[in-house]
Amino acid sequence: MLLECRDVRKVFGDHVILDGLTLDVAEHEVVALIGASGSGKSTLLRCVNLLAEIDDGTIHLDGEEITDPRADADRVRQRIGLVFQSYNLFPHMTVLDNITLAPVHVHGRPVKEAKEQALQWLDRVGLADRSGAYPDRLSGGQQQRVAIVRALVNNPRLLLLDEVTSALDPELVGEVLSMIRDLKGEGMTMVLATHEMGFAKQVADRVAFLDSGRVLEQGPPEQVLGDPVEARTRQFLKRIIEAGRL
Amino acid sequence: MTYQPSTRQQERIAYRRGRAVRSVLLAAASTAVVGIALAVGITGAPGWKRVKESFFDLDTAQKYLPQILEGLWLNLKLLVVCATLALALGLLVAVLRTLRGPVFFPVRALATGYTYSFRGLPLIIVLYLFAFGIPGLRLKGTPDVLVLGAAAIIVTYGAYLAEVFRAGIESVHPSQIAAARSLGLSYRQAMRHVVLPQAVRRVAPPLLNDTVALQKDVGLISLAGPIDAIRAAQIGVAQDADFTPYIVAGVLFVLLALPLIAVTDVVTLRAARRQNAGT
Repeated sequence: MLLECRDVRKVFGDHVILDGLTLDVAEHEVVALIGASGSGKSTLLRCVNLLAEIDDGTIHLDGEEITDPRADADRVRQRIGLVFQSYNLFPHMTVLDNITLAPVHVHGRPVKEAKEQALQWLDRVGLADRSGAYPDRLSGGQQQRVAIVRALVNNPRLLLLDEVTSALDPELVGEVLSMIRDLKGEGMTMVLATHEMGFAKQVADRVAFLDSGRVLEQGPPEQVLGDPVEARTRQFLKRIIEAGRL
Repeated sequence: MTYQPSTRQQERIAYRRGRAVRSVLLAAASTAVVGIALAVGITGAPGWKRVKESFFDLDTAQKYLPQILEGLWLNLKLLVVCATLALALGLLVAVLRTLRGPVFFPVRALATGYTYSFRGLPLIIVLYLFAFGIPGLRLKGTPDVLVLGAAAIIVTYGAYLAEVFRAGIESVHPSQIAAARSLGLSYRQAMRHVVLPQAVRRVAPPLLNDTVALQKDVGLISLAGPIDAIRAAQIGVAQDADFTPYIVAGVLFVLLALPLIAVTDVVTLRAARRQNAGT
């Protein structure tokens, strides 16, 4: 297993967000996390990336416990990419500088080499002509594609996507989703929190339904989304269908 | 087909132009009225003749201008040195105050204590303490009064500037740090490449404004002895029993401040425009 989360607990004050959550992700697997707002999807991703400290349980990456307090969090994060709902590009840097920041300053690559690699990526996602632009000159979809490239140039073992299309206008969602589909084709291991049930169905190998801080039900997308076992899952999907999101 | 404004639109344009002309005429008229009233009020005052002689005497002004200019050169040099070092000190203290972890507790406490005490202490008292107190210790290698005075200005202004920098650092959204850390950057790297550049850009206008204030406060160094523009003017005032040299020095200080004030305005405008561009 590439990622193993065991009995993970996370509380904010009196509020239990993750309540003994257990989830495994195999290499090259794409897992979609679904569930209502506040069910713990984003929190789980932040815990895996060590941006949030867990309050119990363990998380292993490649068999190594990353939640060991002696583990070097910076080195762990270098192996895990995280893409945020609100892109979080650095507004004072050009697209190219956003992408090359970590390769140059974290991985110590020569600037020239990092730039070439960044330009290749931008070319692939159709943004080569925007490399010198500042983020506020880009559309939301373009910003999010740059943010994904920024995470990918670190060659992460695992890519975490936190509702990456939720802040986008509907007509811009497609360009980001097709990029994620391409990444799956290349074998990238991904965990994505999403509200796009249709997309989860297309791209995920497995769908995990989170409820009250646990994985209540998981399995192939057709089964979980089409014929769920748990009453809570059915209830959730019914609300989604009523909202016209499936 | 090229676009032709409709007759309704042409009417609107004509009406607005008429209003604009009217506003300009009104502003000119009211300015003239206020100006004349002030001129009549001041020159018509019973003591105007004596004030004119003892504050606006051209001969006295010419006589002391060279000395005052020479003093102003010292002010200018002091301004450059004090502003540079106070900005550096302020940035350093602001960053020290953001350090987390128990190891840094003494550093944090010291930095906090410094900004609390030196923002409260009047500059004049710090100046006296440094310029007269430190030499009083009779230590070997005590620097010149000029250097001690400059140090007093630097530590006083450093405390204010540190708070401005800190406000800038705190204004950078935590998601920016999260994004930097998620890429594997260490806290220091995130601070240096992501937080500080954004923070400094945001607080550039207030920083420059404090520098304008600093540029006149360097004149207080005259209290410790060095002959700057104010001291030179004071000597002239004492010799001729005429206040004109003070007016000369005042005018020169304003002239010296104008470029910096203009730069502050431009930077503030640019910052405002940039903030609006994103949304």
